Amino acid sequence: MAVISNTTTIIDAGAISPATAGSMNLIKSITASSSGTITFTHGDNGVIFDGTYDVYVFKFINLHPQNENVDFHFQVDTGTNSNFNQPIVSGATIPYHNEADNASGLDYGTDMSQVGTAFQGLLDNASPTGNDSNGGGSLTFYSPSSDTFVKLFAAQMFGQGHGDYFAAYKTSGYVNTATALTKVRFKYAGGNIDSGEIKLYGVKG
Amino acid sequence: MAIISNATTIADAGSFSVDIGDLVHIKTLTASSSANLTFLHGSSSVVLDGTYPIYKFEFINLHAATDNKDLLVKFRDGGTNYDATCTTTMHSSRTKESDDDAAIGYEGSQDEAQSTGGVKLSVGMGTGNDECTSGEMWLFSPSSTTYAKHFLSHFPVIHHAEYLYNWYKGGYANVTAAIDGVQFIMSSGNIDAGKIKLYGLKDS
Repeated sequence: MAVISNTTTIIDAGAISPATAGSMNLIKSITASSSGTITFTHGDNGVIFDGTYDVYVFKFINLHPQNENVDFHFQVDTGTNSNFNQPIVSGATIPYHNEADNASGLDYGTDMSQVGTAFQGLLDNASPTGNDSNGGGSLTFYSPSSDTFVKLFAAQMFGQGHGDYFAAYKTSGYVNTATALTKVRFKYAGGNIDSGEIKLYGVKG
Repeated sequence: MAIISNATTIADAGSFSVDIGDLVHIKTLTASSSANLTFLHGSSSVVLDGTYPIYKFEFINLHAATDNKDLLVKFRDGGTNYDATCTTTMHSSRTKESDDDAAIGYEGSQDEAQSTGGVKLSVGMGTGNDECTSGEMWLFSPSSTTYAKHFLSHFPVIHHAEYLYNWYKGGYANVTAAIDGVQFIMSSGNIDAGKIKLYGLKDS
């Protein structure tokens, strides 16, 4: 039996409707298993990435690369395009500290900043392949379906960098297009995503 | 009476039996050539008291009416004025669209020391048709009558000089009175368009 109020379905099939549940709603979780790429495309496999929500948040959990010393990065595309080469302007700051306790600092993330169409870095030279090494964090997109404004994003990632460093990666920027985004692709610069999860949430309100 | 759907108990005994999330949407304000966007506890369904220990504001595509102006936040600590004394730090990273300048740095001219005139959150906004700022601000325990009130924010912005700027600010309202209102304004001119959403983060 469904519970319907004022023509809105509140509860049905043993669950609260996502439209009426909490403000941060899980849309899709994808688990890597020696995956070359992970792509969230609006309309595919239950993925929502349009004007349904104003804010979308990706969460990265225990990302583990197949290869050592590679960047983890993303690109986006519009409509049915699949070249993943949209223009991006970005900047990054990276506080870091190594396990040997003889190096620390705050750097401008030159390798993670761009004016171009390359995949946008989220983890720089990150995540050695030790069994306990991993990276994680979150990436927020603001109004990716806008057909007026550029698409601002902000990421806060963390992980063990190549050479037994801990680093926090604060990367933000914008996709310099007024066309709605429809898909987001994640991958390492070399080799597969050995394991880990990427979860997409929509923030309503 | 319990609510049971498909053999799953959804609600019973006055509470939900299933997870409905801990981030609770409270209020959305949409700018339309607005001089300010103000969240005041008890007004227009706004909750900003001890109901939640942490509050989060989301800013979506704020567009300024006047070029090269700043988004500011002001706090109300009793009375009717939004003039709580604040001390902050601010740093930034920047990248120019022409790709010939990039840097990080402490922004000594953008921080505040015991200021009552507002706290800069996003600085130097451009007003091109596709230019805007988005971001978030967290406000911790605004209803405390013991401690100062901490806040953290992060805003990427398309700067009027064709830069991407990332503005990181942390600070506190240096008052022990409860904060019951938060107001967002531009340093000059209106907030032309955009949304600000207020959420409460429930205790576990």
